[in-house]
Amino acid sequence: MEIFGFPPQLILGQVLIGLINGSFYALLSLGLAIIFGLLRVINFAHGALYMMGAFAAWMTQAWLGLNFWAALVIAPLAVGLFGLVVERAFLRSIYHLDHLYGLLLTFGIALLIEGMYRYWFGAAGKPFTTPDVFRGIWDLGFVIVPKYRGFVVLASLVTCLAVWLLIERTRLGSYLRAATENPDLVSCFGINVSLLTASAYVLGAALAGLSGVLAAPIYQVTPLMGTNLIIVVFAVVVTGGMGSLSGAIITGYGMGVIEGLTKVFYPAASSVVIFVVMALMLLLRPAGLFGKEA
Amino acid sequence: MPKSAVPTWGERPMPDPVLSVTDLHAWYGESHVLHGVTLDLKEGETLAILGRNGAGKTSTLRAIMGVIPRRSGSVKIHGRETIRQKSHAIARLGLAYVPEERGIFASLTAQENLLLPPVISPGGLAIEEIYELFPNLAERRNSPGTRLSGGEQQMLAIARVLRAGGRTIFLDEPTEGLAPVIVERIAEVVAMLKTRGYSMLLVEQNLAFAQAVADRTCVMEHGHIIETFTAADADSHAASLQNHLGV
Repeated sequence: MEIFGFPPQLILGQVLIGLINGSFYALLSLGLAIIFGLLRVINFAHGALYMMGAFAAWMTQAWLGLNFWAALVIAPLAVGLFGLVVERAFLRSIYHLDHLYGLLLTFGIALLIEGMYRYWFGAAGKPFTTPDVFRGIWDLGFVIVPKYRGFVVLASLVTCLAVWLLIERTRLGSYLRAATENPDLVSCFGINVSLLTASAYVLGAALAGLSGVLAAPIYQVTPLMGTNLIIVVFAVVVTGGMGSLSGAIITGYGMGVIEGLTKVFYPAASSVVIFVVMALMLLLRPAGLFGKEA
Repeated sequence: MPKSAVPTWGERPMPDPVLSVTDLHAWYGESHVLHGVTLDLKEGETLAILGRNGAGKTSTLRAIMGVIPRRSGSVKIHGRETIRQKSHAIARLGLAYVPEERGIFASLTAQENLLLPPVISPGGLAIEEIYELFPNLAERRNSPGTRLSGGEQQMLAIARVLRAGGRTIFLDEPTEGLAPVIVERIAEVVAMLKTRGYSMLLVEQNLAFAQAVADRTCVMEHGHIIETFTAADADSHAASLQNHLGV
């Protein structure tokens, strides 16, 4: 059996790889969307935070001798804490300025972090071993899934769903949504918006940190691992619609799959297809797939 | 000690006003929008602020609430100075803000809008009581907030602060853009709030509406208050009012 002249195993295999990449796109663009919604800051430091998460995982393993599960908890907390410092020390003083200042500031912070990590750890990758329980494969019959990669997809889906529920279905979430629309009015109801804003940045940073931990066993842990990824993630966010959370999640997985399928049907285009989709989206629907028309 | 020195309720001097604003200045960036506003609001009183567009009425409310970042002067709420406090802390002293254009959140349902403001003091209305007062809101509780009609959104904006329990209500142009029959309904709601003892600071351009509900009226121009009169004196001020509000 063949689909458009290609064996279905090949297609399914690429869809799976697409879902794995999409898992990272979704987690990262969800964090970016949360941060942009509340802070109106386009967080260029997101890739650096992701890298910090991967390094934090490596440190818990290499320096502290802890296992993967400990890294999965410690690294997002550590990156979240770092995010809190960045927000309190730098970002809060530029909220009243144009978006461009936030972009420049976070871009500078990203360069600083990446530069320091390169100075400390060198440009070569650090090894991070796959946890023992995830060695081997699951044979689903129609496709073979390396266990760890299956875990990444599941972990990402569960996290995205949990964050979505937190924001769409809880009281804290209704504060966040309302503050995204009209922060002044929310503070007039007696809600501390400055605290909400800090929490949003911490949450976004922690999600980036979590993505970093999940990425550590798959990709090389290097100081520049976030730089390449973040450009793709920005394309995902723009396509999904700036500030739309469900848009960020769905577009994240969708773009991963589109990228994977392009590798089957027209491999030469696979590294640019996401940007082509973004360009088309900007032409046809500038607010993005799930964004509200201005 | 002579017996008369022990104060009784009847002889006690007037309690602190709910709100006492003295020489309030405010700036948006470089633009100086309030030039020394002085006013006070007594317990249970309805004070209307009238004035043309751009006279500084909404800015006065926003400056008292602390959402204009640069302000100076004095704003005392129940005798407590708040000029250096943050807006969320100011609100918790018992202010209930119904903003201009209603401020209904599009990403929240009508009921989520209603439940959004945290309860800041006990004695607010229960949700069942609110739905009894505003049956339309009960019917539309699951609709996105901004799908409600203008009148329903105004009711929602008032209802949500009643739930939070603040006893001093700021109403910013509650009748703006509404049909006369809805304006009548809003006037009934305001009258009901008066009988329940709420203190209200009402910003309006609708002279008839303001006159119908206010105990006292201030007229604003160029960022300060140029005259204040009681409801009893309103007739003698009619000519000057027309002059200040006329287009």
